[in-house]
Amino acid sequence: MMNNNLSPRPDEVIRIEDVTKVYTIGDMEVHALRGADLVIRKGEMVAIMGPSGSGKSTLMNIIGCLDTPTAGTYELDGIDVSGLSDDDLAGIRNKKIGFVFQSFNLLARTSALANVMLPLVYGRAEDRKGKAMRALERVGLGDRMDHRPNELSGGQQQRVAIARAIVNTPAIILADEPTGALDSRTSEEIMAIFQSLNQEDGITVIFVTHEREIAEHTRRILHIKDGVVQREEHWDDPLSAAMRLERLLRVEKEEEAVV
Amino acid sequence: MNIIQNLWLALDGIKANKLRSALTMLGIIIGVGAVIVLMSIGTGTQATVTSRISSLGSNLVFVRPGATQQGGVRTAAGSAISLTLEDAEALEGADGVEAVAPETQSGGQIVAGNINVNNRVLGVTESYLDVRNYTMADGDFITQQNLDAKSLVAVLGANTANTLFPDRSPIGQSVRVTRTQFRVIGVLASKGGSGLGTEDDVVMVPITTAMARLSAQRNNSGGRSVGTVNVKAISDKDVPIVKESVAAILRERHRITVDDDFTITSQEDTLATLNQVTGVFTAFLGSIAGISLLVGGIGIMNIMLVSVTERTREIGIRKAVGAKRNDILLQFLVEATVLSLFGGLTGILLGVGISRLVSGMNLNGQPLNTVVSPEVVILAVSVSAAVGLFFGIYPASRAASLHPIQALRYE
Repeated sequence: MMNNNLSPRPDEVIRIEDVTKVYTIGDMEVHALRGADLVIRKGEMVAIMGPSGSGKSTLMNIIGCLDTPTAGTYELDGIDVSGLSDDDLAGIRNKKIGFVFQSFNLLARTSALANVMLPLVYGRAEDRKGKAMRALERVGLGDRMDHRPNELSGGQQQRVAIARAIVNTPAIILADEPTGALDSRTSEEIMAIFQSLNQEDGITVIFVTHEREIAEHTRRILHIKDGVVQREEHWDDPLSAAMRLERLLRVEKEEEAVV
Repeated sequence: MNIIQNLWLALDGIKANKLRSALTMLGIIIGVGAVIVLMSIGTGTQATVTSRISSLGSNLVFVRPGATQQGGVRTAAGSAISLTLEDAEALEGADGVEAVAPETQSGGQIVAGNINVNNRVLGVTESYLDVRNYTMADGDFITQQNLDAKSLVAVLGANTANTLFPDRSPIGQSVRVTRTQFRVIGVLASKGGSGLGTEDDVVMVPITTAMARLSAQRNNSGGRSVGTVNVKAISDKDVPIVKESVAAILRERHRITVDDDFTITSQEDTLATLNQVTGVFTAFLGSIAGISLLVGGIGIMNIMLVSVTERTREIGIRKAVGAKRNDILLQFLVEATVLSLFGGLTGILLGVGISRLVSGMNLNGQPLNTVVSPEVVILAVSVSAAVGLFFGIYPASRAASLHPIQALRYE
């Protein structure tokens, strides 16, 4: 357990202390979180793993300000968000958090560019088009800006979603099973983008996955069980998606040459 | 998110489901169209009535006998025989009075050869022609000599002349009214129109002749009683003065201290009463049409609720990336309002088109007159926008209060 009196250090982006979440379904009380503690520093890349029903979705929702804790405190980028109103939380989501979902969650019938501009529109930002174009170029989709989601592959759609997540220069990117709907090669491409955003742009990336191999792209894996952070793994040598991708391409070429 | 972006968003939403949007709008189109058509008929009728009454001359004042009271039984106004020819003569030269024309009225069968017709028979004086705005089509009007001599001469209204003498000039012919033969000396020009108090279905004879031959009534003091005294004011402005001076003279002559035994009405009074009636008629038509507008509004609410359910996931995405409650509320409100405003504008085109189409249509021999007043158009547009706003509020607030997590998970 952490000391509640500790004030957050400036390099911390997330500080969650003794957070509980209780849902009432009919007469039943479901304890989704039972006193979770978690500190994530700026520039970290963290994977969260856990079986279903462990409370990891609830934790992600609370980190993402989509839900509020029943008890405990949550500080995001130095702001105590545990007692904020719905509209204030919407503002926090807009400015501080970039979401990436398993099912992409892009607006249909809307171009990639317009999808990326959406957070800027709600944030009443200036130069929306320029910012959105730069974000799309950053994820390698500079030539697909006018395409609609149904004209893009799964990997491309997820890259549009990542562009939408980074367009407001958020404090954290929060990804919920970002590779869950993608094949292994496309998954490596997406992980390569996350690693590049983390290492080159210094963006904090937090993602949930249940694939061990995907989780090993980070230096830190958190294991959630029964509503608490049960165990942490650390190592200094994460998998490099870029290198694995290079190897994959080489193998493919060799196979082609053999044929 | 500003209002222009919301407008584009609303247009996108409407375009995404063209057939459904069109059917939704149909309710408003029919509602607004019905309001415009029915109100234009009401307003047109009002205009017709007004112009017909004004054609009688707006500077006319009518003096009629009042009600009698005998043994506690009060009879209808106008039934008394208190007004006499001598009263009418006394009104000549009163303040603001240009001319005075007393009349007696009786019904009667008028026969010429083997044709007969039932018309009003008016006993009139020389000044009647001018006071009631008649002109001669043929021959001469009744003169002072005719009056003095109680001549058996008659002037026919345009319709009466056409009915009795379909193929020859009536001048010099003789007509029989009840049991008296009259010689036709003139025919009046048609005043046009029909319906309210047709003025072409008359026969006019000298008032003195009428009193002697047709309907002789004398009051208690021996005065010769008349039905109505038409008083023409010098101008419209003099009408109130005339009303006062006429009343003063009659009160003095009749030695009245409490209740007048006559009534004085002006053309404007009649117009006001009729306008009130046609106004109620128009409002009645409008409110019937308003009900269909209400039904159209409920249609909009229905479709917006479906739309909110269908787009739950979209709402979730928007909320996740930072849309506030009001952003979502405004998005759906604007969509509902645009939908109903579009319907309203189409309805106006339809309504104006239909009212043009039915204008002049024959309705029981009466041409239908329609007038689309700008007020009605403005009213229809604002009502349709208000309907969209009102019936959009509930669906929009449902959308706005969706929880982002539940909305994102919605399949």
